[in-house]
Parts: sequence; C-alpha cells; structure tokens
Amino acid sequence: MKVSLFITCLCDVMASDVGKDTVEILERFGCVVDFPETQTCCGQPAYNSGYVTKAKESMKQMMKAFKHSEYVVSPSGSCVAMLHEYAHLFKDDPEWKEVAQELANKSYELTQFLVDVLGVEDVGATFSGKITYHRSCHMTRLLGVTEAPYKLLKNVKGLEIVDLPLCEDCCGFGGTFAVKQPSISEQMVKEKTEHIAETGADYVVGGDMGCLMNIGGRLSRDDRQVTALHITKILNSH
Amino acid sequence: MGIKIGNAPFRDRVQEGIENDFMRGAVSSAQGRFRSGRLKAAEELGDWEDWRTLGEEIRSHTLQNLDYYLEQLSEQVSKRGGKVFFAQTAEEANEYIRNVVQKKEAKKIVKSKSMVTEEIGLNETLEKAGAEVVETDLGEWILQMDEDPPSHIVTPALHKNKEQIRETFASKKGYKNSDLPEELATFAREQLRKEFLSADVGITGCNFAVAESGAVTFVTNEGNARLVTALPETQISVMGMERLVPTWEELDVMVSLLTRAAVGQKLTSYVTSITGTKQEDEVDGPEDYHLVIVDNGRSKILGTEFQSALHCIRCAACINVCPVYRHVGGHSYGSVYPGPIGAVLTPLLDGYDDHKDLPYASTLCAACTEACPVKIPLHEHLVRHREIIVEKEKKAPRSERMMMDGFAKWGSHPAAYKLSTKMARKALKPWTKEEVIQSGPGPLKGWTDVRDFPAPSEQTFRSWFKTRQKGGRS
Ligand code: SF4
Repeated sequence: MKVSLFITCLCDVMASDVGKDTVEILERFGCVVDFPETQTCCGQPAYNSGYVTKAKESMKQMMKAFKHSEYVVSPSGSCVAMLHEYAHLFKDDPEWKEVAQELANKSYELTQFLVDVLGVEDVGATFSGKITYHRSCHMTRLLGVTEAPYKLLKNVKGLEIVDLPLCEDCCGFGGTFAVKQPSISEQMVKEKTEHIAETGADYVVGGDMGCLMNIGGRLSRDDRQVTALHITKILNSH
Repeated sequence: MGIKIGNAPFRDRVQEGIENDFMRGAVSSAQGRFRSGRLKAAEELGDWEDWRTLGEEIRSHTLQNLDYYLEQLSEQVSKRGGKVFFAQTAEEANEYIRNVVQKKEAKKIVKSKSMVTEEIGLNETLEKAGAEVVETDLGEWILQMDEDPPSHIVTPALHKNKEQIRETFASKKGYKNSDLPEELATFAREQLRKEFLSADVGITGCNFAVAESGAVTFVTNEGNARLVTALPETQISVMGMERLVPTWEELDVMVSLLTRAAVGQKLTSYVTSITGTKQEDEVDGPEDYHLVIVDNGRSKILGTEFQSALHCIRCAACINVCPVYRHVGGHSYGSVYPGPIGAVLTPLLDGYDDHKDLPYASTLCAACTEACPVKIPLHEHLVRHREIIVEKEKKAPRSERMMMDGFAKWGSHPAAYKLSTKMARKALKPWTKEEVIQSGPGPLKGWTDVRDFPAPSEQTFRSWFKTRQKGGRS
C-alpha cells in the first residue's frame, strides 16, 4: 500500500523523531512511504486566527502536494482535522472543490489509519513504564478518533496505563491562543499538568505535537518528573 | 446596565477573574456538579444523540418559519385578552414596559429570572421611573442587593459562595443566622413572601412560548415564577423573539432537553404556563397581560451563517463544560451572556467594538459544541467571528497581520518553507540553553512567559528523509 506522509510543520521542525518513527511503523506493516517534498503547513495557525484568505494559500499548496497520493497519513489529529475541513472551505470554489474533497477523503491520522484501514491493533511494541494519555480535543471532537490510540497502547507489552482525571479537558494550547492569551492558557496547562502529576505516571502520551509541546513545556518549567511523549515513540519501541 | 457589563479592558477583566480564588473555587465545583449531572441525565434518557438531533430540527424549523409562528403566537395571546408588543430595540421594550407600569401607578414590581431583561437593562429603566423592582430568583436577589451583574445564565450568582451570601444578607437585610444553605433559603423565602404579597406588577421572562396556544412557559426550580405570575393583577412577560416552539409537543422535547442539559434533572420542580388574561370561566389569572417580544438585533442574525446561534435555549451546558470559563469566570466576558454562547452571541447583538476579544477567549476545543443540546456549532461560529474581525472589520493588530502575511508566503512557497525550517534551530540558538528556550523573542514571549519551548530538532524531518532515500544512514 502506498502512503504519503504529511509530517506537519511542527513535527518537521520541532520533533523530527516523530516523523522517523511514523515512517518505520508504517513500513513495518508493509506500506511504501513517500514524502511529497512540496508540502508545507495545513494552514491552521492562520485559519484559526481568522486569516482565512491567507490560510487558503497554504491549503492550496497542500492540495497540490498531495494531489496524486493514494493515502495521506499524519502523526497529528489536529492537522488531519484541518485537512478534512478543506472540503467545506472550498465547496464553492470550482477550481479546488473536488481536490479538496478528495484530500479530505484520503487523509488519516496515524492511529486511525493503523486501526481502521490496516486493521492493526497490536503493533508488536514493547515499552516499560507507567503512562497516562492526553486525548487532544481536535483528534477526538473534530476528527472523531477516540478509541484507536487506546487500542494500540493497550497491546504494547510492558506498558502500564493509568487514567487521567478530567481527560476531556483542553490543555490550553489552542494554537495561537497559547501566545495570544497566555494568562488563560497558563491556568489551563497548569491544571492539566497537575492532573498528570497526580496520576504518578512517568510519561504523558499524546497524538498531537502542539498539545505535547504545551504540556511538556509546562512540566519542564515546573521541574516535574514526567515526560511528554508522542505516541509514535511508544509504538516504535522494541 | 444592558448587555455590556463593565468597562475595563478584556485583559484586566481576565486577570481579575484569574486572581479571584473564591470565585474560581465556586465555579469549578459547580462545573463539576453540572457536568456529571448532565452526563448522567443524558445517559438515563438514552439515545441522547437522537434527542439532540430532534432538538436541533425543532429549533431550526421554528427559526426558518419564525414569521409564521410569531404571528400565530401573537394572535393566540391577543385572542385570550393579552396585549402583544414587538420591540425592535431595547429602548422600545423598556419604554413600553415603563408605560404599562406608570399607567398602573405601580410602586412595587416583582420579577422572576429573565436574561432578556438583563440584556435590555429593564430594571434600571423602571427604577429611574420611580418603581421598586424586586428580583425573586434567589441568585438574582442576592446579586441585586450587591449590585453585581450575573456571571452565569442559569445560576446567576454562581461566583459567590455561601459565606459571601451570608455576609450580603447580614449587611443588607439584618440576617443573623449561619451560612447553612437551609437557613439562608428560609430567610430569603420569608423576606420574598412579603414582596410577592405587596407587588402591583409581575414581570417574567420566557423559556418557551407555545405558538399554537399562546402559552408562555417558565421552567424554574424555586417556584418563584409561580408566585410572580399568580399574585399581581398585571403581568408582563418579556421574551427574545426566537424563544418559541410550534406546539405543546415540541415544548415537551425542548423542556426535556433543557432541564437535563442545564442542571442534570429529568424535570425541574416547576414548569408554569400562562395564557393571556383571566377568562370568564376561569377562577384566576391576571386582569391585564402583556407579552413583549424583543428583537434587539436578533432579526439581523436571521438568514446569516450565524442563524443557528438563535437556536440557543439558554441551558448553559456550553458554559458548564468550558475550561476558559472555569478559570476566568463569567464577569470576564463583560457581557450578561458569558461563556461560549456569550462569546458568539454578544458581538452579534452588540457589535464588535466592545466585544472583539470574546471570540478569541477560546482554544476552539469544541467541548461547548459537543455539550450543546441543540447542536449549535459554537466553536465554528467563533472562527467565523475571528474571520470577520480580521478580514472585514480589520481590527487585528498590525504585528499579527504582518506575521500572517509572512505565513501565507511561507505556506505557499515550498522552497522558502524548506529553507526557513532548516534555519530554525540556528535562528533560535541565542535563546537556547541545554535544548530549552526559557525566554523567547517576539511572538514566542507569550509562550515562554508561562512554559518552556523546546529547541528545534538538530535535523529537520525532510532532510533526514532525503538522506535516507539516498541510502544514507539516519
Ligand atoms: S449554546 Fe447550546 S449549550 Fe450553550 S446555552 Fe445555548 S443551548 Fe445551551
């Protein structure tokens, strides 16, 4: 199966390991992974801040980059939810309408792709440690991926998973919200990291780099002994 | 006071909210109770999602045929001896009500809880005209004594704890007992009873008006709306023009959704309807009844992409799940309508000038949209507001606009994109210590003021992938 990787700007620059792990996981299940070089950003930072016209320039670039892909897979629920939104945003644009709908139809978040398309629930990983999981609002509420990450994590050998209190609450990232409203964002991430610390987990795991940078940044600021990890790190550990 | 409460800048209001530990304690424990109550009630009902769909359908059908149903309602109320007045603006509504009150030479007016009368600032108008207005909902009564605006649309005094309430009772009404909720409530009941008995006019809001019969319905837990509507001979109900349902059948669905979404109850203690004046064959009812239907900016929303905001049934479920609301409290929004629905509705009713910060008071986490019993896509409306603020109203800061110009170029030119991603690590080097940035430049400052920022990876993913493809080692 041919899969094009949408790496997301955050992972490309800030967390290239996430991309490497994603490639290796997909290859392990027989996917042939390519990386369309002309991909940029899904446009979300501009779109969510109200700069829809400007965001669309980036979105068009993305549609061109993945035009010929069979599947587009990404290690981010939030960015994939944005790709899905293209269908709605370009519905009145005759030039882009169809491409947008096609891209929406063929784009998947990684855990969603593994479970729903490849039918894999056990990736054969081993990771010893106690983790708790942050479910990410866009992944669950916008993209509707709720069970896939848990299914995959449950089958990882050596892993102990503890519940996160108020797991449905946002961590306070919100893209540009984190820098536009730092004082509110601070209260939210403070509460989130307190709940994480309460669980006694060694790691907080998630599927979106944005949330993880926010949570991880606060954990490190407060010198807490918990590490924020992208789920790909666990799924690619042996 | 009107829809806008307070003049301090948004940032200051938020800061004040964040620093108010009492309020935050009260709000977060209330949210906890409401949240689990709602989920439990939804589960007990079963098929919650089907109910939500039904609720959405009823609201959207009603709004699509609003003219028809308003006319029907108005005919029915008139037929039963009531007078109906359509107020285009808050001023028109206030003036009409003031006239009624003055004609009656009313000295005392009792009111049951009504958000629309807060929105139009009715109390102030009536007080200026020399009438005494007494709020009879417990929360509203407390706030009235403290001259404090509501911070929540269902439980308006949510930001106060019982010690503060005891204080208010003691200083304003000579209360001498403890802060036990039962004792506080008994005291309030005794005090309010006297007010009901001596009032000349009763003013209510309206949860839903039933178009087919002209029945104006109130959903309450304290029963005060019953007393407000049963005792004074002159009755005035004030409703937002969208607050109606076609028939009793839809009322049943909407009340089921409202009470569960609002407080996690199957039903509230009282659901009261009044239909016009006392008829010949009836033993009680008002001698004189007025229904004031308020537009105040609502018809401008009809037919726009924001129309579904008018589906709102004011249950506050979106407010009760909102993490931003939890930390900043209701007053931070600077509107009688706080939380997600407030951030959507307030700029629509009162313009962007005073409320342009509200649509940004959200992470777009969509908890509100998920909780809304009539499926209003609240977070999507917030993004639309942002779009209008940026692209139509041109109210975004210059520095941000420049940054977004840069973003558009960056995102649409792969070569420039690639180069900048490659340079990121180097560019941030001066601020990086041991792979962490604790105090970042420019737009990063907002980030690093409250949490660390990691150093960019040593090698971008794309260059790793390229090397690997060429057969190099990663
Ligand atoms: S927007 Fe929805 S959840 Fe919020 S108050 Fe209105 S009906 Fe309730």
